[in-house]
Amino acid sequence: MKQTVQFKLNGESIQIEVEPHLSLLQVIREKLELTGTKEGCGMGECGACTVLVDGKAINSCLFPILEVEGKSVTTIEGLIEADGTLHPLQRSFVENGAVQCGFCTPGMVLSAKALLDQHPKPTEKQIRLAISGNLCRCTGYIQIIRAIQAASEQ
Amino acid sequence: MTEFINVGKRIPKSDAQEKVTGKAIYIQDLKIPGMLWGKILYSHHPHARILNIDTSEAEKLPGVKAVLTGYNIPTIKFGFYKDNTPLKSNKVCSYRDEVAAVAAIDPDIAEEAINLIKVEYELLPPVFDPEEAMKEGAPLIHEDHLGGKEKKPTNILNIPWKLVAGDVEEGRKNSDYVAENRFKVTWVTHCCMGTSGCIAQFDPRDNLTIYSNTQIPSLAQRDFTEALSAMGLQGKKVRLIKATIGGAFGSKLDTYPYEYIAILLAHRTRKPVKIIFSREEEFFATSPRQAAIIDIAQGCKKDGTLTFRDVRMVLDNGAYTSWGATTPSVMMMPISSLYKVPHVRYVAKCVYTNNTYSQAFRGYGNPQATFAIESQIDSLAEMAGIDPLDFRLRNANTPGEVTPQRFKVGTCGLRECIDAVAQRLDWRQNRGKRDGRGVGMASLIHVGGGARVYKSDGCGTIIKVDDFGTVNVITGATDMGQGADTVIAQIVAEELGVRIQDVVVTHTDTDICPWDVGAHASRTTFVAGNSAKMAAKKVKEQLLEVASRSLGEVPENLEIRDRMVFSKIDPEKKSPLGKVLRAAHYTTGGKMVMAEYFYDPPNENLDKEFKGNLSVTYAYGTHGVEVEVDKTTGQVNILKYIAAHDVGRAVNPMLLEGQVYGGAAMGIGYALMEQLVLNNGKVINPDFRDYKILTASDIPTIEAITIETDDPFGPFGAKGIGEPGLVPTAPAIANAIYDAIGVRIKDLPITPEKILAALKGKDSK
Ligand code: FES
Ligand code: FES
Repeated sequence: MKQTVQFKLNGESIQIEVEPHLSLLQVIREKLELTGTKEGCGMGECGACTVLVDGKAINSCLFPILEVEGKSVTTIEGLIEADGTLHPLQRSFVENGAVQCGFCTPGMVLSAKALLDQHPKPTEKQIRLAISGNLCRCTGYIQIIRAIQAASEQ
Repeated sequence: MTEFINVGKRIPKSDAQEKVTGKAIYIQDLKIPGMLWGKILYSHHPHARILNIDTSEAEKLPGVKAVLTGYNIPTIKFGFYKDNTPLKSNKVCSYRDEVAAVAAIDPDIAEEAINLIKVEYELLPPVFDPEEAMKEGAPLIHEDHLGGKEKKPTNILNIPWKLVAGDVEEGRKNSDYVAENRFKVTWVTHCCMGTSGCIAQFDPRDNLTIYSNTQIPSLAQRDFTEALSAMGLQGKKVRLIKATIGGAFGSKLDTYPYEYIAILLAHRTRKPVKIIFSREEEFFATSPRQAAIIDIAQGCKKDGTLTFRDVRMVLDNGAYTSWGATTPSVMMMPISSLYKVPHVRYVAKCVYTNNTYSQAFRGYGNPQATFAIESQIDSLAEMAGIDPLDFRLRNANTPGEVTPQRFKVGTCGLRECIDAVAQRLDWRQNRGKRDGRGVGMASLIHVGGGARVYKSDGCGTIIKVDDFGTVNVITGATDMGQGADTVIAQIVAEELGVRIQDVVVTHTDTDICPWDVGAHASRTTFVAGNSAKMAAKKVKEQLLEVASRSLGEVPENLEIRDRMVFSKIDPEKKSPLGKVLRAAHYTTGGKMVMAEYFYDPPNENLDKEFKGNLSVTYAYGTHGVEVEVDKTTGQVNILKYIAAHDVGRAVNPMLLEGQVYGGAAMGIGYALMEQLVLNNGKVINPDFRDYKILTASDIPTIEAITIETDDPFGPFGAKGIGEPGLVPTAPAIANAIYDAIGVRIKDLPITPEKILAALKGKDSK
């Protein structure tokens, strides 16, 4: 039996019919075709599927779709401005070499955004902790940490 | 020194904007109308005869479009040793053996159908230890595999890796000190964040299009063309299109059962079929770095001069053969040529077992061999009473040397690397205290100017310039995240004198792109870079030729900069580049500005004795580490990490540092925590909870030092850097641990448990 859920997605109100057992990730990627959010494990262990729910970074692969009712969800597609301007964090990732294969990148950027929204001037330790649930196999994290630092200094 | 405009600059990756905005399309994101989902049933046993496969229930499930087994498909043999098949009939030889496959209208139905297939097995005795598998009477993995002089059934592969140079016995006799040890390295896996996957699709004429993640588009195209022939589709075409690759690191240097299965399912159903691995499959059904047992002896004189190096290895090949079995060809490189050593012997055997089969993984055998060599160098230095730093400097390679394997050492910044590391670690001050803190170092040699593994080491480039001055570079190279596209664009922009943003690189489609041997051996910047540079040179000649007509100036006096062509002697004579091109096109007898170049470096295949100048130039580096070891918990804390590399020239220092950081991070994982645990052939830690890779909280600060030796063969002096970053990491850390607490761990990973056990052993002595 499908159920209706209503929530805000990247600033717009939406209402959809979904099978209640689906995860937020499945709905975003398959029903809404927003493929910027990645699935790296489907088990809450890699952070590739990170999105913001009411400003908090969560693993969308574990997040039951019905729980977003009435909440506000931000995916990577919601970060860029209407005129195509990149979010300062996105720009900083580009400029600091924080992106290699890019599979972890959307999740990384969103975890970083959740951090900076709460602590605009984080310590390096706070940065490391905030993205410690986001695995990256390419970069060794060094340039990602630098990118977040640089964005926080702007 | 020449002033470069694009080369040497920290230019962001050309696809970084797509990636930070979530717009890059990976194989996971691709959909084709009418597409079906494929799923694979794997073996439930490490070694068993298949008695019966009952697929009737699965076939009846609504939504299922095809069910395949080894019994209803044509025979396709593939792999380096042609011992693998897409679906196994007769018997299974490992837990990852593919027994059946399903195509269905959605992934859930495909999964359900897989669970409805019933397979009856008769268990066979398995063998998991390669040394056991070598013994007479051991269970045979492939009964029809014959070897040895008598051509008897055997688990030992007929690939006799043997390198002999000089006389090791003589070397041993002349040694004042000899160290002899056994080292062990185990399976580790690539952990690409984007799992494996593909989509196969046939057109009405039976030509195949396959969307793939491969690092070897041209060679994969050949593999799939052979498969089509085996399917009775001789003469049909294969087009391979790459999606954005979510990490590769060597894992995509071969073609795999799942790709052939997707092809077979697509052909059976006449519909596009997609297979995407779950993370669990990615852990147990892809091929890790090979496990090996390494017996090594090295000797030296009183003054520390190396006298010989003698290495024997047994490699666990697993049940089938991929490129893992050829890693000894690369292991020979550090064994013969890391430091000056006059007498060398290396013998390796690859042995079938009922374990998972192995593949290439960043470094291609070099990290395993270097772990043994460089750990033992420290032991030998200690025996001789020489500081390991001085020991290394005494034996360091130098330009102009020809190594026992007949490598011609050209530019070589090894000494500079060693010195840089020693200085940053304050070596003399910090070494030898045994107070729980210690320093260690280890060096590397790797191919830096391509590697002639195949008959060709070539890469093609096509460059064309459009009406508005946009330069389209169509390359055979593969960008898998490392930044090949960006580096190629920089090289072309530099050579042509155009702006980097006017260069567009295409690398994704075998119908369009020229041939290339693949993204392996850290060869892309060097080989694809040289290819692109030389194609750009030809294009520039054409451009200046065309411009000389409209400007009335000889080509030699013309230059291109900032979208303008101008005369170097008469500033009045200038024209926008776009205008020059339009003039070339809109003329009677007009001309298109376009050029191709196929660059195949002047390196050599190894001869029958495995000797020859494999690469045009070699990359060197030294890593240095300062650690603190907690003697009560066995925890290793890295306080300082220095990675110095001779890179020839850093075409893009930011991307280059990314390769070094990423490589070192993988290397730290290899040294301290990563291990694919196989229990009687079964991977028991197929997830990130139990297979730990470094997180942002674990990673130490890494300082990357680049030594530029400006290699005469490299594009603008550059050498390869893709793999070197993780080659010396494990021994550098092992050496630092020894310096800190006086125990030497000889099998990877160096876990706290092993450290505690070793400390205990030491105390009780
Ligand atoms: S996909 Fe959700 S944590 Fe990995
Ligand atoms: S950039 Fe590849 S996983 Fe992070």
